[in-house]
Amino acid sequence: MTMTTQANRGVPLVDMRDIRVAFGGVHAVDGVSVDLYPGEVVGLVGGNGAGKTTLIKTLSGAHKADAGEIYINGEKATIETPRDAKKYNIETIYQTLALAENIDAPSNMFLGREMLSRWKTLDNRAMEQAARQVMGRLNPQFQNLLTPVQSLSGGQRQSVAIARAVHFNARILIMDEPTAALGPAETAQVHDLINQLKAEGIGIFLISHDIHGVFDLADRISVMLQGKLVGTVNRREVTKDEVLAMIIIGKLPGTATQKELAELHE
Amino acid sequence: MSVTASPPVPPESSQAPSRRLRLGPSLRAADIDMRLLGMLGALALIWVGFHFWSGGTFLTPRNLWNLSVQTATVAIMATGMVLIIVSRNIDLSVGSVLGAVGMAMAMLQREILPDWIGYDHWAMWIIALAAGLLLGAIIGGLHGFIIAYVGVPSFIVTLGGYLVWRGVAWWQASGQTIAPMDKTFQLLGGGSRGNIGGLWSWVVGGVACLAIVFMAVNGRRQRTKFGLRLRPLGMDVGLAALSCGVVLGAVGYLNLYYLPERVAAERGGGDIPFGLANPVLILIGVTLVMTFIATRLRFGRYVFAIGGNPEAAELGGIKTRWVIMKTFILMGILVAIAAAVQTARLNAAVSGLGQSAELYVIAAAVIGGTSFAGGVGTVSGAVLGALVMQSLQSGMVLVGVEAPIQDVAAGIVLVFAVALDTLVKRRPK
Repeated sequence: MTMTTQANRGVPLVDMRDIRVAFGGVHAVDGVSVDLYPGEVVGLVGGNGAGKTTLIKTLSGAHKADAGEIYINGEKATIETPRDAKKYNIETIYQTLALAENIDAPSNMFLGREMLSRWKTLDNRAMEQAARQVMGRLNPQFQNLLTPVQSLSGGQRQSVAIARAVHFNARILIMDEPTAALGPAETAQVHDLINQLKAEGIGIFLISHDIHGVFDLADRISVMLQGKLVGTVNRREVTKDEVLAMIIIGKLPGTATQKELAELHE
Repeated sequence: MSVTASPPVPPESSQAPSRRLRLGPSLRAADIDMRLLGMLGALALIWVGFHFWSGGTFLTPRNLWNLSVQTATVAIMATGMVLIIVSRNIDLSVGSVLGAVGMAMAMLQREILPDWIGYDHWAMWIIALAAGLLLGAIIGGLHGFIIAYVGVPSFIVTLGGYLVWRGVAWWQASGQTIAPMDKTFQLLGGGSRGNIGGLWSWVVGGVACLAIVFMAVNGRRQRTKFGLRLRPLGMDVGLAALSCGVVLGAVGYLNLYYLPERVAAERGGGDIPFGLANPVLILIGVTLVMTFIATRLRFGRYVFAIGGNPEAAELGGIKTRWVIMKTFILMGILVAIAAAVQTARLNAAVSGLGQSAELYVIAAAVIGGTSFAGGVGTVSGAVLGALVMQSLQSGMVLVGVEAPIQDVAAGIVLVFAVALDTLVKRRPK
């Protein structure tokens, strides 16, 4: 049962069909299909071990899917490495941030995609300038760009990871727990940014434990449980309790009894 | 850094905990690397200490000249070991590879090539050297391939290499000593002919000075252009002057070491300085190239990124396996250069060539600030580390410390240096 009608919105930016990933005998992702349209935020929620991160890693190229197909703008895409994903303008902000602690912010932003001078040497100054430009928009207070990332605050580190995605003109953005390590003010900042990017027509997959945050930001919510997709719902058509029921007991809105809903809060 | 606090976002601390020691404001303003200063201090202590202990022979031009030549082989290899350790690997095989490659170059010159082109052919040294470099690259590449693509830990692969290549060094000549080397090849090792003489040494020193001044001026210009904090002008001028003084002083002092009378007589007699030895020039060249590779090329950036966070490097789209394999190829080439210098200097290859060099090379890199946790290290630090280790060893030889006791001292110094560094880093937090 799907509660969404997307037919009028044209070709989806991302269409993942029947994705399967197994580790040994364990089906971490078991036949999951999700899609994403331009200017849309799709929240991907579920408990620990539900398979959200593994699913999304097949889109970011960090992990190969065992089966299933990915269509980008309606065309079949082959994504086997992070480099492949970047070719499709898919940028990922990992939960771990994926920063090399020992090098500075511009070096991290451009890691793997360095700007080079005519002589094929690193153009550190150009990279620093570009980093300052992006950072001026994301986090103007962050000035000490040239210290190793390990001595930065949580918010600064987060902005480095986000800046990396933003600078390279992501069309598809994957954010895995983007606010898990942040305080309230910084979280609000990230929320503003997500709305801003969304307005620019970027499609965003937002993976989160934080059901409240997802409710604030997402247009649709896909729920996973034990490697399977429970369902995808329009955020405006459901309550938080109904989504919780999907997350915890895997029941779609309308199918859970009042008793089951009540038990969720115990 | 100006922090313009504007609510609601709390001002972020740009005053992240400094990793440097809290010293007087003048030193901090100078932005001088405390580790470098510490190492120079230790070096001064060792030198002065041995000078008095040896009854005034350590700091003679002759001894320092020898020290410079002896340091070269370990230092050349240490520059590569930095990249290996930075990327969270280790190479225990460099001493054995040095033996195998050195022996191969000697065999080429004495046993194989003479059948084709005769002894002391003008191209002999080029062919031998090129073959040695290629062999070094292949051996390093083989290690790197097994480590990066097969996934065997570098400790195991190079421990195996340590045994295998030592055996190969012996096997090539069945343990015999192969000597002497080609006449031109010998020049790679220094000695009374393998140097550039007094005048050219001054030229090298002068060029180094110009480079120091250029870098100081350029650094200030760049920092001004991008609105970054400048050191006080006097400090920059002082530092540049001091560096130039050290370089020119070293050249001048080494130039006081004269050729033996017999050799000098062949060139018209009188006091003719040795000048910088070829191994030292090779070391200077290697240091510059390796610093460039480590800091200015993508490859170097990737090595450091892999050391800092292998997963992040992989997710950044870096071909981490290939990068790791390249570090070992580079290491193999540097070992081959060191092997050429060593065989040329000894004018012979023996099956024990380079024995336990790996320990000195690793020690040099670590004393020079390379961290076994990965991601941290400098090429210049490793060269300085090699100089510290070699100074210690030569000093002990000079004052007649017996070989086993030398090892005791070297081992203690290594652990002490790293312990001190660990404590210093921990304190300001």
